[in-house]
Amino acid sequence: MIDKIAGSLDFYQQALGLRHQRQQVLATNIANADTPNYKARDFHFAEELARAAGPDGNGNRGLALSTTSARHIEGGLQSSGAQNLLYRVPDQPSLDGNTVDMDRERVAFADNSVRYQAALSMAKSRIQGLKSAMQSE
Amino acid sequence: MSMFNIFDISGSALTAQAQRMNVSASNLANADSVAGPDGEPYRARQVMFETVDRNNTGIGGVRVSGVIEDNAPMRQEYRPGDPLADEAGYVTMPNVEPVHEMINMISASKSYQANVEVLNTSKQLMLKTLTLGES
Repeated sequence: MIDKIAGSLDFYQQALGLRHQRQQVLATNIANADTPNYKARDFHFAEELARAAGPDGNGNRGLALSTTSARHIEGGLQSSGAQNLLYRVPDQPSLDGNTVDMDRERVAFADNSVRYQAALSMAKSRIQGLKSAMQSE
Repeated sequence: MSMFNIFDISGSALTAQAQRMNVSASNLANADSVAGPDGEPYRARQVMFETVDRNNTGIGGVRVSGVIEDNAPMRQEYRPGDPLADEAGYVTMPNVEPVHEMINMISASKSYQANVEVLNTSKQLMLKTLTLGES
């Protein structure tokens, strides 16, 4: 019963976790804007979310352990770590080998924060919905 | 992964940029120091940044890996009457380039601002996240 409630919130948890992780990656890029030879990183949010949410899109991970006996403990990836950190392609390479484009990073950061808030308010309304469904009157 | 990593990341950048600003201020202040504590003219200093890569994730802050002395040749100024002048009448002056230092300072302050913005935005998002589930 409780796991059904948890399951209905799982998707938002994944989305928020990934948004937060992307926030970290972008913050790293901005922090290292003056570090020689630093290469800007990012990941593809939609792909990572699809991977994290699993084939049924409901939090059942695509990388679950296969169980051959009813007494096997079900395993799954617990950390929502993005595995595919990619490198940004610079359009104006600089002499010191740094590929951070401040404008792009700031735009991406603002975009990501707004989307984080959007995911947050959707999770909020989901919780509200569950709450009002459980109300006695 | 902790929720507050982002504060570490931006905080480390603030520290590093502030140190860079400090070094620039020191260079500018000593642009005319013909004799330091060791009797030698002041040499310009530059900070070196490096990424702090935590557990090889590629995500991490920045830190100052060292402060190096600038190897640029010292400025020679012709001042025959000066007690510090050599036989030809030249005084060795510090190799500080005020224009470079000004540019360094502006760049450091812009980066500092950007990181403060990141910090502020993240703080707001964290506070909003903490109210999740409240009516």
